Amino acid sequence: MSVIDKKTVEHIANLARLYLTEDEKEEMTVSLNKILDFEQQLAEIDTENVKPMAQAVPLENVMREDKVKGSLSIREVFLNAPDEAEGFFKVPRIIEKD
Amino acid sequence: MELINKSALELHDLLDKKEITSREIVEAYIKRIEALEPKLNSFVTLTLEQALEDADKADEMIKNKTSTTFTGIPIAIKDNMCTYHVKTTCSSKMLQDFKPPYDATVIAKIKKAGMPILGKTNMDEFAMGSSTETSFFGPSKNPWDLERVPGGSSGGSAAAVAAKQAPLALGSDTGGSIRQPAALTGVVGLKPTYGLVSRYGLIAFASSLDQIGPFTRDVADSAALLNMLAGYDPKDTTSLPNKRSDYLQALGKEIRGLRVGLPREFFGEGLDKEVEKAVLKAIDALATEGAQIVEIDLPYSKKALAAYYLIATAEASSNLARLDGVRYGHRSENQKDSVTMFKHSRAEGFGPEVKRRIMLGTYALSAGFYDAYYLKALKVRTLIKNDFDAAFKKVDVIVTPTTPSVAFKFGEKVLDPLAMYLSDVYTTTANLAGIPAMSMPAGLTKEKLPIGVQIIAPALAEEIMLNTAYTLEKAIGTIGLPTLEV
Repeated sequence: MSVIDKKTVEHIANLARLYLTEDEKEEMTVSLNKILDFEQQLAEIDTENVKPMAQAVPLENVMREDKVKGSLSIREVFLNAPDEAEGFFKVPRIIEKD
Repeated sequence: MELINKSALELHDLLDKKEITSREIVEAYIKRIEALEPKLNSFVTLTLEQALEDADKADEMIKNKTSTTFTGIPIAIKDNMCTYHVKTTCSSKMLQDFKPPYDATVIAKIKKAGMPILGKTNMDEFAMGSSTETSFFGPSKNPWDLERVPGGSSGGSAAAVAAKQAPLALGSDTGGSIRQPAALTGVVGLKPTYGLVSRYGLIAFASSLDQIGPFTRDVADSAALLNMLAGYDPKDTTSLPNKRSDYLQALGKEIRGLRVGLPREFFGEGLDKEVEKAVLKAIDALATEGAQIVEIDLPYSKKALAAYYLIATAEASSNLARLDGVRYGHRSENQKDSVTMFKHSRAEGFGPEVKRRIMLGTYALSAGFYDAYYLKALKVRTLIKNDFDAAFKKVDVIVTPTTPSVAFKFGEKVLDPLAMYLSDVYTTTANLAGIPAMSMPAGLTKEKLPIGVQIIAPALAEEIMLNTAYTLEKAIGTIGLPTLEV
């Protein structure tokens, strides 16, 4: 059973900010369909009135005192930056010129 | 005296009695690592010089009487735990040059204890895989048979401990990534209760499932290392603020009357006959020790794998969104505009399995499919948890096979993602329920490949779980370690 087509794969890849080659799109359509086919077994389970469980710990809204503490130095943080300028991460232009 | 044959606690005794030094231990391991690494590829990065320096510092600590149990005993670390200024790659091209500006909490504990770190171990890329075959740096080999996988994702850590390249290692377990490789390489691997060990500085795969845990050669070492790792950490908001237990102290108690659950669903179709036989033999051994064997049902465990692969990938798609080539990690040369740069950085930085899981997770969370996939999986997760809650009213621990089969050959499953996912069929339930589980050797097949038996316990019942394992280890004996030509 085919759940998704190439167009859906392209849409999802865009949402995931992932460039895929044509070959990858083909492969992804096949393998994702196979996995989603396996996932159909979930649809058969009656989950009426079952609450979803997003995590296993009984903790909620963990708060801490608003105290000033040390953090990473700017120098340390930029050691891994692919590109930087004057204390900022440098990226290609985001806002178009008019 | 062959130092590499000793358990960590045995080494501690020898250090304590001043019969050996930490430097001697580390030198012995360096020799072993250098001899075997070309064959095994257990490590991504070796930090041997630093380990020798740390050994000398540890010897000072022992002299000054400021040492603790693991002072001077070396360890290997899975390459998804942040180590200050030491490459932490997640076995991915994306992070191949990433040097964290801080230590994970577990690493800070290891350094404070004076444990020399031998290196960072190989893994499936971003912990996504069950064989280390998705590693950007090539797979690790199973020390029992170099043509077979060591399991994954923490395959490098498992191989290193089995091959005596390290007495101890850390791994992380999201759906079986400690227990499955431990089973396939014949060592002890433990996934603690969710929240027992801090995740701060563990590069996240699926945050609600990930836990760090020990790889060791025996159960006592596992208990002792868990003593060091466990504990509340304010830097991890999912860390449990419970009182600490002494897991080593829990070992050796009689198990007379212990109720051991045998879930029918874990002994059905797909289970290798030799694995089944060895696990049933282990259960018999527990009965001989006085345990009461109770057949139980975990009906929704059959659906766990399907729920797991949606929940884990959904969380992964969100966690891995940070890897966009902006602040750290690989950045593409293709920088026409920011979005193009993101897309190409991610396309070039991630391997095929990581891309597939990001896609699956994004799909499960996307508008129109969220209810049918992600939300549905979360509801099934509740049913799986309810199964365990009901079972643990009748039994104290549950014993199952760790994996449906022993170590498979390279290439056997890597082209069929679903076949690979099925090797996690018995392990994902514990992650979904947030409960502890461990794998230990139950014997060898005719082909001399290790078989793992899994012990599952209620949340925070690691003491009972470890004592059951300890009793079993005493009863059935160890399988030894592989004989490798150096």
